[in-house]
Amino acid sequence: MKVLLPLGVVGALLFAASLLVGPAGLGLSESLKALLTGQGGAVVLVMQEIRLPRALLGLMTGAALGLSGAAMQGYLRNPLAEPGLIGVSATAALGAVLSLQTGLAGLFALALPLSALAGATVAVLLILVLAGPRGGALSLILAGVALSALAAALTSLVLNLSPNPFAAMEIVYWMMGSLADRSMTHVWLAAPFMAVGLVMLLSLGRSLDALTLGEDAAASMGVNLTRLRLAVIFGTALVVGASVSVAGSIGFVGLVVPHVLRPFVGARPSRLLPAAGLGGAAVVLAADIAVRLIAPDQDLKLGVLTALIGAPFFLHLIWRLRGEHA
Amino acid sequence: MTLLSLENLTVRRGLCPVVENVTLTVAEGEFVGLIGPNGAGKTSLMRAALGLLPHEGQSSLAQLSPGLRARAAAFLPQGREIAWPLSVEALVALGRGAHLAAPPDADRQAVDRAIDRMGLQTYRARSATALSGGEQARVLIARALAQDTPLLLADEPVAGLDPEAQLKTMEVFATLAAEGRAVVASIHDLGLAARSCTRLVLMQAGRVVADGAPRAVLSDENLAQVFGVRGFHAETPDGPVFQPMGILR
Repeated sequence: MKVLLPLGVVGALLFAASLLVGPAGLGLSESLKALLTGQGGAVVLVMQEIRLPRALLGLMTGAALGLSGAAMQGYLRNPLAEPGLIGVSATAALGAVLSLQTGLAGLFALALPLSALAGATVAVLLILVLAGPRGGALSLILAGVALSALAAALTSLVLNLSPNPFAAMEIVYWMMGSLADRSMTHVWLAAPFMAVGLVMLLSLGRSLDALTLGEDAAASMGVNLTRLRLAVIFGTALVVGASVSVAGSIGFVGLVVPHVLRPFVGARPSRLLPAAGLGGAAVVLAADIAVRLIAPDQDLKLGVLTALIGAPFFLHLIWRLRGEHA
Repeated sequence: MTLLSLENLTVRRGLCPVVENVTLTVAEGEFVGLIGPNGAGKTSLMRAALGLLPHEGQSSLAQLSPGLRARAAAFLPQGREIAWPLSVEALVALGRGAHLAAPPDADRQAVDRAIDRMGLQTYRARSATALSGGEQARVLIARALAQDTPLLLADEPVAGLDPEAQLKTMEVFATLAAEGRAVVASIHDLGLAARSCTRLVLMQAGRVVADGAPRAVLSDENLAQVFGVRGFHAETPDGPVFQPMGILR
C-alpha cells in the first residue's frame, strides 16, 4: 500500500500530463472541456482521437510490460528476466513486419496489430511444444531464446529482401516502438487481451511467493506448478503480444521497473506484481511525454528512448550484481 | 493415527529403479530417521511420497489435492533455495500460504511460534539472503514449521549446521513428535539420528533393509553391509554414541 498509492498518484498525474502535451498547443481548460464534454470542434478531435488513445495505450502497454516483467522474474527467480524472454515480443514483431512487407498492413487499419497477435500466438504454441506445461525454468528460457533468435533472423531476412529502401525504412521505424498516431481502434483491439492477461498475471502472487523457495518447496505448499507455468506463459503472451501489436517493441521497461521497485515491496513477488504494473505505466507515460517534449518535430521513437535510458541502467545493475557476488 | 502410508512405492529413473517396492507407515508421535548411504533413494522416497516425482504404488499424501496435501505435510527440500531477499519474518510466513482460510491471528501465532522454536527472534527483520548458510537453513526449517502440519518431511535438515543448531533442530523435531505430530528426516549423522529419533529406517539401493528401534537398526552387520564401515558404539547418559572408525571394503 505504501508503494502503490504514490505510484498510482504519479501514474494518474502522468496520464493527465500525457493528455495535455502535443503540437496543437491547446490550453488546459479548453482541452479538458473538449475531452469531457465533447464540445469545441477541432479540439475535441485532437483530444478524443489523438491524445486520449495515446495516453491510454501508454498506460496499458506500460502496465503490461511492468507486470509481465515482474511475473517473469518471479517465475524464473531471476532479476535479469524480462517479458520478451519467452520469444513472444520477437515473434509478434515478426508478424507485424511480415504484414508491412506484404502490404497487408495497408489494406485495413487493424491488419498490422492482428498480424502481430498472430505472431504472438504462433510463439505460444511453439513454446508449449518446446518447453511443455511441465519442466523447469531452463527449458523455458532456452526455448524462448531459440524462438527469439529465429524470429530475429526471419525479420532480418525480410529486411534483406525488401524490394525498396522505403519499405525497409518503414519496417525499421515500426520496430523502434511508438505510440504516435494510434487511434481508439488500437485501444479497443488491445484492451481485451491485456485485461485477461493482466488478471491472469495478477492472480499469481501467492504462487510466485512460494516459488521463492524453489519448485519442490512451492509444490509442497500447495502450488500447482503446471497451472502456474501455463498461466505465466499465457498471461505474458497475451499482454506482451497485445502491447507489441499496438506499440511495437518497447525495451527495458519490463526488465528495469520490477528491479527498481523490488526493494520497496520487501522483495515479495506478490506485492511486486501490482507495483511493477503501476510503475511500468508511469515510466512509459513519462517516456512518451518526453519524446514529444525533447524533439517535437522529429518523431523520436518511444522504444529508442526507453532503451537509451534502460540500457545504462542495465549496465549499472550488472555492476551491482558483480559487486554482490565478488 | 497413521499420517503417512506408502505401499509398494517404486520410482524409476529411466529403467533403473531408484526406489523399489517400499512399504512404510508413519504414525503420529514418531520421529523417523531415514538413513542410508548417498544414492540410497532417501530423497526420491520423500519426493515421491509427496507426489513430486512420478511413481508406481500408493502414497497416502500423493493422492491428495495440492491444497489438502499442503495442510497434511510440510516438506523441507535438501536444496536451500531463497531467490529473493525477503525478511526472515516474511519468509517464515510463506509457510502460511497453505492455510488460506486461516484468520490473521492464527497466522501470526504460527509464525511467532516457528521463529521462537528455531531461535530466530533477533533475525526477524533481517534479509534472509544476507544470512549465513546455516542461519538460512534454520530460517527454512522455521518456514516448514509455520506450515503447521501433522507431518514434516525434512531432507537433510541438519547438514551444514553448527553443533548447537544440529542438537537444537533435532530437539525441536523430537518435541513435535512428542506433541503428537510426526517427523521423517533424512540424516547422515548416525549417532545424532540414534539419539533423537524414535525409529530408524535404513535404505540401500532403493530398498528398505532395516526398520525399527535405532539400536536394532544400527547393528554391526547392518553398518558393515550397508555403509561398509566399522563403527564405535558407546552408551552415555545422553544416549548412544556412534562413530564410524574404519572402512571395511
